[in-house]
Amino acid sequence: MNALTQMATALTRGEIEVVDLTHTLDPDFPVIILPPEFGQCARFRMEEVSAYDHRGPAWKWHNISMSEHTGTHFDAPVHWVSGRNVANGAVDEIPAEAFIGPVCVIDCSEGAAQDDDFELTPEIIAEWEATNGRIPENTWVLMRTDWSKRRGADYLNMREDGPHSPGPTPEAIRLLVEERGIRGFGTETVGTDAGQGMHYAPPYPAHYILHGNGRYGLQCLTGLDQLPATGAMLICPPLKIRNGTGSPLRVLALVPKGAS
Amino acid sequence: MSRRQSYDGVVVTAPFSTPYERYSTQTAHYWLARALKGTLDAAGLRKEGIDGLSVASFTLFPDSPVGLSQHLGVTLRWLDSIPMGGASGVVALRRAARAVQAGDAEIVACVAGDTNHIDSFRKLLSSFSRFAMDAAYPYGYGGPNSMFALLTDRYMQEYGATREDFGRIAVAQRENALRNPNALMKRPLSLEDYLEARPISDPIALFDCVMPCAGAEAFLVMSEEEAVKRGLPFARIAGTIERHNAFPDDPIQLRGGWALDVEDLWSMAGMKPADMDLVQTYDDYPVISVMQFEDLGFCSKGEAPAFLRDRDLTVTGDLPHNTSGGQLSAGQAGAAGGFLGMVEALRQVTRTAGPTQVADAKNALVSGFGMINYDRGLCSGAAILTGESA
Amino acid sequence: MTDPLARPPKKNPQKVQTVPVLPPSFRSRAAMGLTAAAAEGRFKLQHCAECGTVQYPPRDACVSCLGLELLWKDTDPVGELIADTIVHTSPNLYFRRQAPWRCGTVRLSAGPSIFCHVHGDCVKGSEVRLLSRLDRAGQGVLIAIPKETTPNMADDPELRELGADPKHRRVLITDGRQPGAPALAKALLDAGAMTVFVGEGETWRPYPERSALEKMDGVNLMPLDLTDTSSVVELAGEIGGKVDILINNARFMRPGGVLARGDTAFARDEMEVNYLGLMRLAQAFGPGMKARGADGINNAAAWVNILSINAIANDPAYGSFNASQAAALSLAQSLRAELRPGGVKVMTVFCGPTDDDWYQDVPPPKLLPGAIARSVVQGLRDGVEDVLCGDVAKDYAERWRQDPRVLERELAGDVG
Repeated sequence: MNALTQMATALTRGEIEVVDLTHTLDPDFPVIILPPEFGQCARFRMEEVSAYDHRGPAWKWHNISMSEHTGTHFDAPVHWVSGRNVANGAVDEIPAEAFIGPVCVIDCSEGAAQDDDFELTPEIIAEWEATNGRIPENTWVLMRTDWSKRRGADYLNMREDGPHSPGPTPEAIRLLVEERGIRGFGTETVGTDAGQGMHYAPPYPAHYILHGNGRYGLQCLTGLDQLPATGAMLICPPLKIRNGTGSPLRVLALVPKGAS
Repeated sequence: MSRRQSYDGVVVTAPFSTPYERYSTQTAHYWLARALKGTLDAAGLRKEGIDGLSVASFTLFPDSPVGLSQHLGVTLRWLDSIPMGGASGVVALRRAARAVQAGDAEIVACVAGDTNHIDSFRKLLSSFSRFAMDAAYPYGYGGPNSMFALLTDRYMQEYGATREDFGRIAVAQRENALRNPNALMKRPLSLEDYLEARPISDPIALFDCVMPCAGAEAFLVMSEEEAVKRGLPFARIAGTIERHNAFPDDPIQLRGGWALDVEDLWSMAGMKPADMDLVQTYDDYPVISVMQFEDLGFCSKGEAPAFLRDRDLTVTGDLPHNTSGGQLSAGQAGAAGGFLGMVEALRQVTRTAGPTQVADAKNALVSGFGMINYDRGLCSGAAILTGESA
Repeated sequence: MTDPLARPPKKNPQKVQTVPVLPPSFRSRAAMGLTAAAAEGRFKLQHCAECGTVQYPPRDACVSCLGLELLWKDTDPVGELIADTIVHTSPNLYFRRQAPWRCGTVRLSAGPSIFCHVHGDCVKGSEVRLLSRLDRAGQGVLIAIPKETTPNMADDPELRELGADPKHRRVLITDGRQPGAPALAKALLDAGAMTVFVGEGETWRPYPERSALEKMDGVNLMPLDLTDTSSVVELAGEIGGKVDILINNARFMRPGGVLARGDTAFARDEMEVNYLGLMRLAQAFGPGMKARGADGINNAAAWVNILSINAIANDPAYGSFNASQAAALSLAQSLRAELRPGGVKVMTVFCGPTDDDWYQDVPPPKLLPGAIARSVVQGLRDGVEDVLCGDVAKDYAERWRQDPRVLERELAGDVG
């Protein structure tokens, strides 16, 4: 039995559970809001083409439209100015093996429940590593905040001075990218950066540092509370869009039974 | 001074009226043919015997009188179409008489008639005239009822006429109609019935209005010589007038075109109103009959209500009026309504009126009025027919 | 005196819907001048260019001098009611239903006698004023009203039938996020609207107008996003049967013409909201409104689009947005024809620059929300098709009438 048949057997036996980390694509799902004079992220939209009717008697289908960054989505390096010259930086160029891999989950849900602007810091990472061991190279790191359980206006949490939601400090991202060599970073919020991330140096450090170093982002994830701190496998292949900067996608995790 | 020439040598004869029907499944062609046959039979002629035809009808569409000539198989050297509604009898007579007088035709058959399908009155209204379409129908769509309601209202304001004044005309005509077996209205009408009738367009109520129906009327115009040769009772045309769009600046119609030509009419005939043994006015509404008595010289403007109050308008009265019941009680068979008075007057002065015959009738005034193009009737005409002395 | 219009009772669910029928709608081409004037709420008649004679009914040649140039001009609307009648019966289904209906003859000071609708408060023999209005068939008609205002004048059944008065009607304002939404809602409630539904999209995104709207008694905030077909369809399913007046105030705009933009992203957003949004609304709400055109005194009466006056002539500073406004205006013309069988009017409120973020660098005069709200309410009362809101809109419309091509150059700044 090779590793794959072992895994297949484990899946059939229910020894490995499949966890869906994806939000439903819904016209009313929030997207990132930029100042109005900037171009905006398109909302998910669906138009019926036919529904077993005069427009097509035996079939029903829809035309859909959205941004690359709508709903649960993947960020490629070319999404950010810092990553514009990264080799294989568009979704269609990224090697497929990047889309499956081990994942570490850092649980910040308690802190985020206390503080809308909760920061993931090097200290928290150090604390996590003290319990779970050093973050291995080329892994996905997900920041669990339980933010995905928020609904309506609480999700973006917009105030007069902009959105307020948790995210990593520049130092934390730098640590993960430069010292741990992670493959990508994912969050439950609308972006990989904190709501107030524009006020860091550099602004939007997660985007800037991750993509500048050829790493990937995942956002608008849900169900992170069902993942173990370590030991799960993440499956996150984006659509193969030519020169695409990202893509809505279905994100799955394989979790050993009883591990979460 | 009138420079009108006389109608000497021309006569009118062979009056014919079809029975009227409230609704008919037949066409205008049917009714016109029936009337043509009737007048020809009365004169003992075959259709080949006429060389002129005058047609008045609203419901011939898509045919015109030209189409009718082929439909009926008549070869003509003179053909006229009279789209003048209530004035069509007088106008048809005038033109046919001149044609015969001038030798353009020997014998002219004048026919008028229309069918009445369940929805044809509504359809006729909807395509009646451009001004009506633009400026009358969008306002309540009362049809002619509304326009005559306004005239009646204005007349009552101006001259103090009452509904009783109009009612007496309708009541007398009903009495006449009861003698006429062809009349649609067969029940007596009292002044109370008139006054209490269902309102239609205030102050007009049900018995101010004519009942649209199907039917046709016809007569022949020929030379006196021809009529004598055939032994036909006939009438002469002592005088006649015609006028269109008179008094356009009157803000509302209180007088008709007769007022412009009335002197010509009487001087041409050498007669006066008192010489008339009977009068056939165009009675689409009583107010119009009232106007005709005034404008044709029987009394001054505004005085007709008082004038008529003292007179008996029935067949046996001192001023027999609309002796067949008029349109108010016999029915309005479309354009035939414009012939009704003419044909009845012809019967009267030729002493062939049967049950409605006025004793010793010799001189009759026939008046026509028609075409509510917008807010008033535009066509008016009148003719004096005289029969032989008894 | 007119009896005040009572608030309509709730519908009897066992009664069949009253099917809309229309007054006679065919007119000659000349008579369409009356309709065109009524669409703007102006009392115009034909005047002979040669002799000045005022004509009525509309003609192709002067009744006085046979002059062939007859110009539609604003005319003194005062006259005397010289006769009247109450029509109790008619072969026309519309007037049969509306009976009794008062009509009369007005002798106009300007000359002609005019057969017209007559307000119940007009006194025979007295001076009256003629108004030019669009009837339920969308055609221009004239109604005599008393020269002086009378109590509850607007509640006269004939006058109400010729307008789309918000009183006792239920209104949907499609976009609560627009800066003018609270003023509009308030103006409609003040005008007697029974309910004002206000649509709001993206409730996950806060907006300042919400608190004002929430406080208003009679306002119901409803989820509605014009760019989302399912949202529009859902709301129509919920309240489509009780929207008597729909006011589409949604607007997406960004500055810039064709070249400055360099992409179609904002253009697409503009079309999504301003054009396709209108289309979605019309497809969802239109059929219901069309069917409810005769539904008692709070029947479906009007559809209002608030557009920029630059829908008629493009100002390249907002070139792409203005193109979407032109598209919306054109679509509204189609909608007007399509709603006509239901007797539902389609009205456009043309605005000059509004006093908000997107016209920051445009010099005054600029429109405040209250001015637009007043224009909407007045336009509804008058039942017009075009409302020119503010001086800029009036100015552009006048220039457009004079010469659209000159206005195009003026808007491009080519005229000194």
